[in-house]
Amino acid sequence: MANKTLTHLQRLEAESIHIMREVVAETENPVMLYSVGKDSAVMLHLAKKAFYPSPPPFPLLHVDTTWKFQEMYKLRDKAAKEAGMELLVYQNPEAQERGINPFDHGSLHTDMWKTEGLKQALDKYGFDAAFGGARRDEEKARAKERVFSFRSANHRWDPKNQRAELWNIYNARKAKGESVRVFPISNWTELDIWQYIHLEGIEIVPLYMSAMRPTVVRDGLTIMVDDDRFPLNGEEPVMRSVRFRTLGCYPLTGAVESEATTLPEIIQEMLLTTTSERQGRAIDHDQAASMEKKKQEGYF
Amino acid sequence: MTTPDPIYKTDALIAENIDQYLETHQHKTMLRFITCGSVDDGKSTLIGRLLYDSKMIFEDQLATLEADSKRSGTQGEEIDFALLVDGLAAEREQGITIDVAYRFFATEKRKFIVADTPGHEQYTRNMVTGASTADLAVILIDARKGILTQTRRHSYLVKLLGIRHVVLAVNKMDLVDYDQATFNQIVADYREFADTIGIEDFTAIPISGFKGDNITGASENTPWYEGTALLPHLETVSVEDSLEQAEPFRMPVQWVNRPNLDFRGFSGLIASGTVRPGDEIRVLPSGKTSTIDKIVTFDGDRDMAVAGESVTLTLTDEIDCSRGQVIVAAKSPLEVADQFESTLVWMDEQELVPGRAYWMKIGSQTVSATVQEPKYEVNVNTQEHLASKTLDLNAIGIANITTDREIPFASYDESHDLGGFILIDKISNQTVAAGMLHFSLRRAQNVHWQATDLGRDHHASMKHQKAAVLWLTGLSGSGKSTIANIVEQKLARMNRHTFLLDGDNVRHGLNKDLGFTEADRVENIRRVGEVAKLMTDAGLIVITAFISPYRSEREMVRSMMQPGEFVEVFVDTPLEVAESRDVKGLYAKARAGELKNFTGIDSPYEHPESPDMRIDTTAMTPEEAAEAIIARLIP
Repeated sequence: MANKTLTHLQRLEAESIHIMREVVAETENPVMLYSVGKDSAVMLHLAKKAFYPSPPPFPLLHVDTTWKFQEMYKLRDKAAKEAGMELLVYQNPEAQERGINPFDHGSLHTDMWKTEGLKQALDKYGFDAAFGGARRDEEKARAKERVFSFRSANHRWDPKNQRAELWNIYNARKAKGESVRVFPISNWTELDIWQYIHLEGIEIVPLYMSAMRPTVVRDGLTIMVDDDRFPLNGEEPVMRSVRFRTLGCYPLTGAVESEATTLPEIIQEMLLTTTSERQGRAIDHDQAASMEKKKQEGYF
Repeated sequence: MTTPDPIYKTDALIAENIDQYLETHQHKTMLRFITCGSVDDGKSTLIGRLLYDSKMIFEDQLATLEADSKRSGTQGEEIDFALLVDGLAAEREQGITIDVAYRFFATEKRKFIVADTPGHEQYTRNMVTGASTADLAVILIDARKGILTQTRRHSYLVKLLGIRHVVLAVNKMDLVDYDQATFNQIVADYREFADTIGIEDFTAIPISGFKGDNITGASENTPWYEGTALLPHLETVSVEDSLEQAEPFRMPVQWVNRPNLDFRGFSGLIASGTVRPGDEIRVLPSGKTSTIDKIVTFDGDRDMAVAGESVTLTLTDEIDCSRGQVIVAAKSPLEVADQFESTLVWMDEQELVPGRAYWMKIGSQTVSATVQEPKYEVNVNTQEHLASKTLDLNAIGIANITTDREIPFASYDESHDLGGFILIDKISNQTVAAGMLHFSLRRAQNVHWQATDLGRDHHASMKHQKAAVLWLTGLSGSGKSTIANIVEQKLARMNRHTFLLDGDNVRHGLNKDLGFTEADRVENIRRVGEVAKLMTDAGLIVITAFISPYRSEREMVRSMMQPGEFVEVFVDTPLEVAESRDVKGLYAKARAGELKNFTGIDSPYEHPESPDMRIDTTAMTPEEAAEAIIARLIP
């Protein structure tokens, strides 16, 4: 009998697909959170595979802060259309009204647009399950998070009350009003993500590749001036060959100087690099051990 | 401070030929393993070392590590690798569950997922969780201490969860001067113990996680050791794809894929075997047969799929097949049964209640199941058998289990996917136990349901009524029996055929062997439920008056009946009122301590959360209550 040895990427893919199908079979109104980053891109690709030839039987939800890179908005709309999925975009009206922005409001920006916005969106549409693209290798607090992570009716996470997950059996039962966040790519590492994108030819935001971009340096972070809302305090944007290892709100996302313009070059650079991925995110510098707290409050 | 060079360097190839590197790395396999031991055995140090040596640690993390090592490390001027992974102290302070943490690293040949769980006895459930997905277990032993109680416990759990490969890592060899005799003695001792619990084979490696001996390559300090170092062993141990694929084909159906009327596919993760178009299959438990038409994937139709892959299958015939059923090779079907012997690992603060109905999730099917009183509990340290009436948190026991319908299954030894299950509490929705099926009980196979020609509808229509169960629940002295009696009289006058089951009365006959413990109360209600079910089959309107204090059991009875047939009537009388009535003098006795397990006094009453009807006896007479109940039944 012909044998076939499954590679690590094939194993991971099968596991993620299994998780997505369980959610669709056992919850009433699932949604996929889509942030347009590379992890979201992989998650969306896996969803297409899981339900083929049907389109994924749930909508995409983008909790928008209005401060993402322009190129992210472009790919977002295109990717949803190609997948044949409904795209829901939610912007917290209160943050909108109060003009919350990353320059004047610090961590309130993330709280209002992302954390509060997400809760409002889930309530508005009555979603009882939301897929998220978090990975366990991202940092210590995520290493012990379950694949199925339950939230109370007011979206709180109780780390003392997590369910055991054995074999590939997931317990998705919950009381009315409760919801579950599901992380189908929990066991993927940054390298796995890149290798899979390379192997499967998944489209990603061009910002991951190096190009000449207008930037200023603030508090040690190289920040791209993506639109004219960027308040320049006498600074002159400088064209630099930069790319981004993670993508978020452009004023909060640090660029790295790089010459890598192809996927293999990005992977090469990632493997040879000596700093961890999340270093480029301002949110993590904010409060060193804050991830646990943010998660309890409802941050993904 | 000295920072040792990572030994597993791939930089050269990455820098010179990234395409070739990617090509190699796309063909890596994956190994999941668990490390068993405690911080004292150097477990965190070992994991930290593996992460470091495989270059999973970045400069910013290393800088933090160096700073932390100076501040709180235990290794003097050296880097304390334990700090990389050891969040346990901090977790205790924050009151966060000490849990399973998953770590990742990769070498040239493999990606590894390490389940890192605490080793103490109170974390047995965590270790069982981590072990459930592991292909291999690294059992750590401190060379100075030899085999300890915890070594026996960990080894027993490794065997229980059926982990195929065992590595005995004799750690801290540097502290016994790399003495060969010490190592040999520990290995001999372990072999003797391993035989007694059925671990046939293991690989013993002398290591020092702290110094790095025999981690990535042969150590000069142990010239007498001829085996491979730990990491090369982990890289080459068989992941047994071929064994899984040689088994007969089995795939639990997760989801039915119906994009349009012309396509009906069955999606699932293949549990074992291989499948090709043209293969004859059988769907269990229905037993219907068909042939595989196509193996459909996003990347095109396939000519073969194997265990471990998630696929969608189409069949040549339109046969019934839905989530929870299992598609198997037609010629080697699975056994189907509804009574089993199993091992249970209890994972909840609330102990097992024998006779209570729990949800059982096995493969993709969820059924209702009851567990009998354990045959025995296993002492996890000594493997002795102990008598026990229940299972507490972290207890492991052998018990029979009954499902409410027949399910296809395999013994856990044959298939983890088709023999491993979880139990879920029906009220709290918590995962309360992990279980492993041993075998089906003969009785189940030989007693078949006898289909009768005259059905329940026939019986009811002859009586010109719809069968129903009016289930009155409430405290002792709340007025259940009084109201039930009036309801029955009134219905009789309306020419309805009824039967009143009263709590006190059934305890004189049917249930006279039962007392008032939680387990006995559960069994009391189960039997009453079964009797009520027979009576509804006979077309009767059944009125019951039982305290029935637990939500789970009331829900269990509801689930036995046809939808809409069960009417839960909450006779709501405050405890003070019921106690002041005290018709039978029971509250006085209970208060005096002469009566144990009395509901409302020293045994709980779980209020219905959304009863079909609520009767407030402080605002209604029994007569009015009876009228209201009848109005609900016959509008």
